[in-house]
Amino acid sequence: MKRIWLWLPLGLFTALFLVMATNLSGQSKRAPTSALVGKPVPRFSLAAADVSRPGLGSASFAQGKPRLLNIFASWCIPCIAEAPQLMKLARAGVPIDAIAIRDRPEDLARFLRRYGNPYQRIGNDPESQVMIALGTSGVPETYVVDGRGIIRHHHLGDIRADDVPEIIEALRAAAR
Amino acid sequence: MIAEAGLALLWLAASLALLQLALGIIGLRQKQDALLDGMRVIAGMQGLLVALSFCALIWIFLSSDMSVKLVATNSHSAKPWLYKLAGAWGNHEGSMLLWVMILALSGSLIALFEKSLSREMKAATLMAQAAISVGFYAFLLFSSSPFERLIPAAKEGVGLNPVLQDPGLVFHPPTLYVGYVGLSVAFSFAVGALLTQQVNAAFARAMRPWVLGAWVFLTLGITAGSYWAYYELGWGGWWFWDPVENASLMPWLAATALLHSVTVLATRDALRAWTVMLAVIAFSMSMLGTFLVRSGILTSVHAFAVDPERGTFILALLGLYIGGALLLFAMRIGAVREGKRFELVSRESALVVNNLFLSVILGLVLIGTLYPLIMQSFDKQVSVGPPYFNLTAGSVTLALVVFMATGPMIRWRHDEAQAVIRRLIIPIAVVFVALVGVVVMAPGISTLSAFGLVLSLGVGIASVAPLWRRNLRRTPLFTYGMVIAHLGVAVAMAGMAADSAFMKERLIALPVGGRTDVGPFSVRLAGIEPIVGPNWTALEARLEVARGARNLPPMLPQARTFTSPITETSEAAISTRWNGQIYAALGKSEVNGRWQLRLWWKPFVTLIWFGGILVALGGVLALWGRLRRQAVAEYRKGWG
Repeated sequence: MKRIWLWLPLGLFTALFLVMATNLSGQSKRAPTSALVGKPVPRFSLAAADVSRPGLGSASFAQGKPRLLNIFASWCIPCIAEAPQLMKLARAGVPIDAIAIRDRPEDLARFLRRYGNPYQRIGNDPESQVMIALGTSGVPETYVVDGRGIIRHHHLGDIRADDVPEIIEALRAAAR
Repeated sequence: MIAEAGLALLWLAASLALLQLALGIIGLRQKQDALLDGMRVIAGMQGLLVALSFCALIWIFLSSDMSVKLVATNSHSAKPWLYKLAGAWGNHEGSMLLWVMILALSGSLIALFEKSLSREMKAATLMAQAAISVGFYAFLLFSSSPFERLIPAAKEGVGLNPVLQDPGLVFHPPTLYVGYVGLSVAFSFAVGALLTQQVNAAFARAMRPWVLGAWVFLTLGITAGSYWAYYELGWGGWWFWDPVENASLMPWLAATALLHSVTVLATRDALRAWTVMLAVIAFSMSMLGTFLVRSGILTSVHAFAVDPERGTFILALLGLYIGGALLLFAMRIGAVREGKRFELVSRESALVVNNLFLSVILGLVLIGTLYPLIMQSFDKQVSVGPPYFNLTAGSVTLALVVFMATGPMIRWRHDEAQAVIRRLIIPIAVVFVALVGVVVMAPGISTLSAFGLVLSLGVGIASVAPLWRRNLRRTPLFTYGMVIAHLGVAVAMAGMAADSAFMKERLIALPVGGRTDVGPFSVRLAGIEPIVGPNWTALEARLEVARGARNLPPMLPQARTFTSPITETSEAAISTRWNGQIYAALGKSEVNGRWQLRLWWKPFVTLIWFGGILVALGGVLALWGRLRRQAVAEYRKGWG
């Protein structure tokens, strides 16, 4: 029995090594889809996270037009990377709402000043409760919600420049 | 010519490392003492050659030889000489050469100065050190040569990342690297001990000074790096849980645990397997950090040369060395006899608990750092940020410091629980009084900060308690070292807790002549002026700061624009007072003639770095004390 414990460090390291190796080779391109696609946005109501924008609730969605729901945080580095894409989408007229995860108002205000504020409403989720209800595994993630409040598309990770067409296509499909 | 000489020296050193490895394998197999003694000479020469090669690189940078690719891409002839010097290691190739140089010099130091080990074990250690060197020489020579020529030569260099153009960069990386790579000695000792089956108290006593030395440098490097990020990045924070910061914290956590377990092994001959494991883990964390930083596999604010080929190379080395050492551990440690046992209430137990907590923190930081990587294999980009680290690592740290304060008050081998509590009665009482005080005086602060403040007080008192009623002149130097290092932890923790609990922040857009306040200070934007530096221009704000009716020295934050390459940086202005710092950063101008200002009042924030320096000072005293005792023992042996 004791022998097995001695091999444990090597086993753990081997697993880690494999993860790092697959990352480097960049071969893993399986994007799991959220089970919530096709289902309505879970019911929630969040207070405003920043003084500049109102808070966000599930009622904000079923209003006839598709919207983006962006899950982000000021402490999240990939969120900085996707900020320009969100600004571009907002300028193109896409309505974007957001949920700020485990954030502090002063950090959030700084983030929005620095990287732009593409959002119409920002809900504050200090305990990640809505995040869990949405099945979000981390920040950032983005949902396309149609005019009836149904989640139609789920984007994992930061939105890069090459992801923008996919998001716009999903918004178009949701408007139909 | 100099570049070619540097490259030749590097090749020569690499072949010596290969020879050292071969001699070790043959010598240990055939038990030929002459071969094993020959390794010492080779190890000494290898260090000298790499050091000369590194001098060649520095020479090239100082003389701005633009026909060398590395100089042309990272330096500029108009740069002050100090930054030309720092430019030599402010890039991937140069810093790898620094890394390899420290590795080789560590080997030389073992060869020349380590006298307490058996010939066989010393040879096995040098062999392990050579094995590591060979891989990293190959990495340097085949995929990251710093001496590559540029044909035709560039007329002018393209500069250095302006954020890195700072005196801090001259000292910070070398200090940190001595710490990182110094841990290779502990790794090689562990491998040597496993190979020769000599895991015992003598092994621990021999390893301890090396671990202490590396740990002191690591502590200083992290402290300096934290202050550098604080004043240079202009974000007002002193720790961002960035992957690169974590990469320096993880070896430190492992080395801290090792430092304590090696003491148990040296003093009581217990924790044999655990100590060997930690020695392997500590340097593995250094190598893992090197890999994470240089492969571009994680998103970080510290961008390094990103190159998948290099990443693959380091990953292969990582697999070879860490995997090899862990395999050796699994195969050999079973043959090591169990060390001495000890009772539940004893100094040993307290140190075991300390080790467990440190390992848990290490695990939490490791998981937090690697989680984005693991999710990336499922093609998800996620970020794990301060909320996770502060909550998890922060709370365990609070538990850890309680044991840190208690440990030195417990006797070795066996003690009575009631006696320990009696000895701790004053700190415990202080903690309770302070807790009530904090709850009454500052009801709004977070639980973590409140406990941080209260415990730092209690821990501070408990850390000096081991000196109570002792003859201070006959107390050994390493006991002073422990007391000061523990006190340093309490001081740093007080600073962190005070800063997060009482920090005041003001984000404001002010017109010239406008006034605002932050904490107890009033600030007036008196003017904005352009300033011209050697290779940058800047807008400088003049802030008049006053507390009540009393005027303080003005603060001059700048928004700098460097010319080559064109980059904007924020030079924060920091005004240090006895009870904290005022921190001001100048942002962009707004259309209506207002200027963005970020102001912070950070009470007692300086204690964080002062504490870090105290911890390192404690390490220096302990190291000095140990080496002196060793020297005295050897002197007596020589006469007896």
